Amino acid sequence: MTTEARTLEANAGGHGHDDHGGAAHGSLKSYLIGFGLSVVLTAVPFWLVMTGTIADKQVTALIVLVLAAVQIVVHMIYFLHMNTRSENGWTMMAMIFTVIMVVIALTGSLWVMHHLNVNMMPIHDMSQMP
Amino acid sequence: MSVATISTQDSEPVFHVIDEHAHPEGASTMLGFWIYLMSDCLIFAMLFATYGVLGGNYAAGPAPKDLFDLKLVALNTTMLLLSSITYGFAMLTMEKSKIGQTQLWLAITGLFGLAFLGIELTEFAHMIHEGATPQRSAFLSSFFTLVGTHGLHVTFGLVWLVTLMVQTARFGLTEANRRRLMCLSMFWHFLDVVWIGVFTFVYLLGMLR
Repeated sequence: MTTEARTLEANAGGHGHDDHGGAAHGSLKSYLIGFGLSVVLTAVPFWLVMTGTIADKQVTALIVLVLAAVQIVVHMIYFLHMNTRSENGWTMMAMIFTVIMVVIALTGSLWVMHHLNVNMMPIHDMSQMP
Repeated sequence: MSVATISTQDSEPVFHVIDEHAHPEGASTMLGFWIYLMSDCLIFAMLFATYGVLGGNYAAGPAPKDLFDLKLVALNTTMLLLSSITYGFAMLTMEKSKIGQTQLWLAITGLFGLAFLGIELTEFAHMIHEGATPQRSAFLSSFFTLVGTHGLHVTFGLVWLVTLMVQTARFGLTEANRRRLMCLSMFWHFLDVVWIGVFTFVYLLGMLR
């Protein structure tokens, strides 16, 4: 099969029309599902932090972070229409590459700078002074 | 592209590219724009990393708890979320070629975006009035850089939105205008995704610090 034939197949597999170069569309239903999910996923972390329902701040922070990650995935799927088929999977490829870069840069920076702070910060403990 | 091209190609097998296949105008625009968005994502990742490193350095100045008003941030988040769904409605009416409704939804999106910017600028003005300027501490420098860059993106998104509304009014929902509106759709939803990171990392986790 030629490349063009495969492109056609990929487009047809998307949402049934191939006049826009392979990007996927949403439907009213998918937009409303996405909106409903993101309202819940936004309201819950705000409610948790504003009311302080969970006394342990670390647990609250962890829940807030997990909900944010879920909401980003929801937005990607329902609003940005990410899937493995659009543009023959190249959008997904570009995104996976970016995610890897972001994870390396973020964790690397935070990790290195945290250790720098721990090891290099001068300790202002006057009782140790002669 | 049509099904006919497949059948003629399948009838006689060829093992080399006879000639350059057709590239219809704008066929690669969406992928190209997506790659731009990914590079924009890296810019924001760096700003997030900077904030993550410097966010705790208050220099004896104000901390997130003294500055942030979560009610205002929640309102701001609502504005951006609503603008995202109204842009979605604009795309849906565009697919049905209803030009009037598309313009209406685009206008509503623009108003929500404007409300978002207004609230953000009010917050910034309030902070600067209290002496929490970008020069005050490393925390505030990185805060204004990160949130300001996002706000700048929204501003340019609004300029783009108005431009496309004028284009659509003058030339109608042509193929080129549809493609441009789809690019802006990706840009707008992408900004909403970045805002999830901002309200989580900066505001919510800042209040928990």
